[in-house]
Amino acid sequence: MIYDIKLRIDYDYEAPSDHTRNVLHLLPDNLGGKQRVLSRLLDVRPPPNERRESRDFFGNTASSVSWHYPIDAVSFDLVARVERLADPALLDISPPLGQLRQEISEMQTLSADAPHHFLSPSPRIAEVPEITAFVQSLITPGMSTARLVETLGHALYTRMHYDAEATTVDTPPAEAFAQKRGVCQDFAQIMIAGLRGVGVPAGYVSGFLRTFPPPGQPRLEGADAMHAWVRAWVGHEMGWIEFDPTNDQPAGIDYVTLAIGRDYADVAPVRGAMRSAGSHATTQSVDVIPLDGA
Amino acid sequence: MTDQPERKTEEDLFGDYGLVPGIADELFDANGQMRPVWRRFVDRFARLTPEQIRARFERADQYLRDAGVFYRQYSADPLAEREWPLSHIPVILHEDEWEGICTALSQRADLLEAVMADLYGPGRLVSEGHLPAELIAGSRQWLRPMVGIAPRGGHYLHFIAFEIGRSPDGSWFVLGDRTQAPSGAGFALENRVATGRIFPERFPRAHIHRLAGFFGAFRDAMEHLARGPGGRDRATAILTPGPSNDTYYEHTYIARYLGLPLLEGEDLLVENGQAMVRTIEGLQPVGALWRRIDAAFADPLELDASSQIGTPGLMDTIRQGNLAMINALGSGVLEMRAMMAFLPRISEVLTGQTLALPNIATWWCGAEAERSFVQDNAARMLVSPALGCELPHDLPLDTVDGSGHASLNDWLAAEGTGLVGQELVSLSTTPAWVEDPETGTGRLQPRPMTVRVFAARTPSGWNFMRGGYARIGTSDKATALAMQSGGAVSDVWVVSDRPVPQFTLAPSTGDFRRASPGILPARAADNLYWLGRYVERAEDAIRLIRAYHLRLAATDNPNDARLKALAAFLEGYGHDLDEPIPAALIERIVQARYCASKVRDRFSTDAWNALGDLLKTARGMRETARAGDDAARAMSVLLRKIAGFSGLVHENMYRFSGWRFLSFGRALERADSLTAMLAVFADPEAPQGSLDIAVEVADSVITHQRRYRIETSRDTVVDLLALDVDNPRALLFQIQRMRYLAAELPGAREHGRLAALSRAIVPLESELSILEPAELDSECLRSLREGLAQTSDLLTAAYLR
Repeated sequence: MIYDIKLRIDYDYEAPSDHTRNVLHLLPDNLGGKQRVLSRLLDVRPPPNERRESRDFFGNTASSVSWHYPIDAVSFDLVARVERLADPALLDISPPLGQLRQEISEMQTLSADAPHHFLSPSPRIAEVPEITAFVQSLITPGMSTARLVETLGHALYTRMHYDAEATTVDTPPAEAFAQKRGVCQDFAQIMIAGLRGVGVPAGYVSGFLRTFPPPGQPRLEGADAMHAWVRAWVGHEMGWIEFDPTNDQPAGIDYVTLAIGRDYADVAPVRGAMRSAGSHATTQSVDVIPLDGA
Repeated sequence: MTDQPERKTEEDLFGDYGLVPGIADELFDANGQMRPVWRRFVDRFARLTPEQIRARFERADQYLRDAGVFYRQYSADPLAEREWPLSHIPVILHEDEWEGICTALSQRADLLEAVMADLYGPGRLVSEGHLPAELIAGSRQWLRPMVGIAPRGGHYLHFIAFEIGRSPDGSWFVLGDRTQAPSGAGFALENRVATGRIFPERFPRAHIHRLAGFFGAFRDAMEHLARGPGGRDRATAILTPGPSNDTYYEHTYIARYLGLPLLEGEDLLVENGQAMVRTIEGLQPVGALWRRIDAAFADPLELDASSQIGTPGLMDTIRQGNLAMINALGSGVLEMRAMMAFLPRISEVLTGQTLALPNIATWWCGAEAERSFVQDNAARMLVSPALGCELPHDLPLDTVDGSGHASLNDWLAAEGTGLVGQELVSLSTTPAWVEDPETGTGRLQPRPMTVRVFAARTPSGWNFMRGGYARIGTSDKATALAMQSGGAVSDVWVVSDRPVPQFTLAPSTGDFRRASPGILPARAADNLYWLGRYVERAEDAIRLIRAYHLRLAATDNPNDARLKALAAFLEGYGHDLDEPIPAALIERIVQARYCASKVRDRFSTDAWNALGDLLKTARGMRETARAGDDAARAMSVLLRKIAGFSGLVHENMYRFSGWRFLSFGRALERADSLTAMLAVFADPEAPQGSLDIAVEVADSVITHQRRYRIETSRDTVVDLLALDVDNPRALLFQIQRMRYLAAELPGAREHGRLAALSRAIVPLESELSILEPAELDSECLRSLREGLAQTSDLLTAAYLR
């Protein structure tokens, strides 16, 4: 499936911000047999004095931009065409949880894909005993790790209410879990905390999800949003699998990846430092349009 | 004179020196014989009477107090300080033994560099199974953004320290490697000076190896790194987390000692891949930073996003090879205790050699065999978090208690991969002076000790500081070494059999080179400016409060019109005169001292102490002063103390840009408060006696009497306090002073014209120069105040950000 993706993010600063510097995770990358980027263009306005692209530790393209003059508004425009290839159907050959620890310790590497990076608490995802207990209550004897991932994703989907007003980008997973409300970021971070809590390496994926308009209605322009889901390492045979707890489904051909990391902090679309005080407002609009008109 | 009485004294000194069986002692060997290297020191020391000893120790303590050496104690009060805990008796080691230690540690330093290069490079140690991946990936000190970046200059480690101890068999071993941002080298210099006050005689001094050469070589190495391959002149600076850090004093001390600017993260910004200091003369490039901040805080953009003390984009300058970090970001990963379990094997793998100096025996409990070994030998083990960096003796002895687990076995079973067992070691003892709390008589007693060895990379290899720093326990328990729990620090003398050559930091060649005064960071200038303003503001308030209490004492009637006018005026500045010494006055002094604390590397210790004394006195008076005469007297005391500070600054501070900002702040604040006061107390509607208040508060009573020989009138008062260019308490005098100061600042002229700051001052000065007293009405005064506020804004815009 080929998608045309359009993303626009606007920031308005209350007061002009001097020497603003941002790190952006807004450019999709080729991902082996899963995703091919046919074209990508990121336009930044006003034009920054400096811009350079590099690969971060996890292999994502990171754009570093900075302005030497004060700015009071900035916009980021992404236009990309990305082909998402279908995942091969996999038999669940993942080990039961009890064996996973052994398989992890046999992976003696620090490469970006190594499970070890995704086990310890990360900047935004601490260990939450309540979430761990919740996951433990779902484990049945002999349950495979991949099965646990799906079971947990489903359980969170059932427990949590999608509520765009209940949380902010900075709400910690413990809080969102306690109030049973949140958005895709909260769903994903709770699930990651839970998986790590029982020893399953888990990471955060940001990207786009193709949405389907209600039957008989046209697609609304710009109505989509950026999305986030979970990847989990389920043994050396199957490696990483991806699951979307917000929609209770594996992250398959409808999902386009932007960046992967340990949590939101690693993949935040716009990471930035403003020197001047004063709040800023953001708006975001996203279109994910299947090229074959499906 | 025979030897007889001396020997007797010596017996008194060591009569009850309680050697611990099975533990090595620095002073006595296993047979109870004094080690020869101590002999001459002990001979000297034994000749001192108890009174002489006490007087000499007091001299050292007094030196440390006067120099303002302190150690920040972590507590609720962010600025709580503790005197430097000097243990007065040095540790003495022979240079041959020291050389042996340094040769062995040099090997270890190279090994650490190689491990660092691998962990941030190919990762062979992990992929070949010599280090567990989970340990490295789990460490918060292993910084992923650093992976794959080659450090400027080719090396990761430049300044490191080793904590070493002596085993019962007399050999040395390593307790911990300090590779992040080791502290103590500056304190070592102070230890040395203080100890010199105790033992000033030519011997021992002539035989002790100096510390200065170590710093000179290291400074040269840093400057070499800063220049880099291009050879362009780039600054070298010290990067500090700021005054609330426990070793901030040391940062200011080393900055002064080495003549390097002391920067905080906000002093820097990154432009075109280059770190720049914001100075009063614009942006200046930096090539090397000796960082005293933990790496994760260095860049909120790519490292810890919650950091308030970092510089956005700093990682980028490092990635582009434009900035050398001493040490490289991410070097803290080497400090984790678990590393000790693997380094002996890694040494063999990487170099084919065993470690010349072993480290403390350590077992990582993530492996099954090691875990059972720790379990089976629990009685002689200290179990602690594998990723932790504290030195073993800084940990509580019973770590299980804090683990949340019922027993060691439970803990190991639940968190094995996160734990290490370390052998409980016995440290050697060294003599410390212990006073009986009841009788006050002192004697030498053995106390456990560790020595900190500092190493700096120079173009010709690792260079070691010769002595300077040992930690001494307060009881015979090894855990009593921690400074936060009352442990002490002593000098370490590395002595030679022959007198050693002298060395100072000053260049020894005949070439006289005048060093440039260096850069003044905008933030330092800002703090100096506000220091000036707050000190002046405090002084103005003190004079006004005194005027109030003098009149209260005379009238005993708070409803007197003049008193009400004074109270209302002071209330406008936040002072509540229901309190004899208003809280807001203390607040002004605290603000002044806070600004001063941020620029301690830039003005004298005496001035700093004067401010501290002022604050202490004011706080004490707040408890006791009563309204009226008593409070007025208290204010007079404070005035004299604040004058002490002003005098130290005025008489002693070098006339560099920093002094100009401080002085500008004072002048502007005084001009502003004079204007405000005249507007109220020289107002035609003001109650009778107001003009006298103005003259008194402006400290011009005598001048007024001599000049006019009549009672105060509005004209005489305005003439003297506003228009007289010779009266330092007059508006015109201060504004003229501002103009002089502004003319000396960088960029005071642009293309043959005055810059904006001077252009704003000139009209104020001209207006005051031509006005007659009667013309200076309240409207005039109001617009003057506006002009002064605008001047402050212009100064800020031009220099202070």
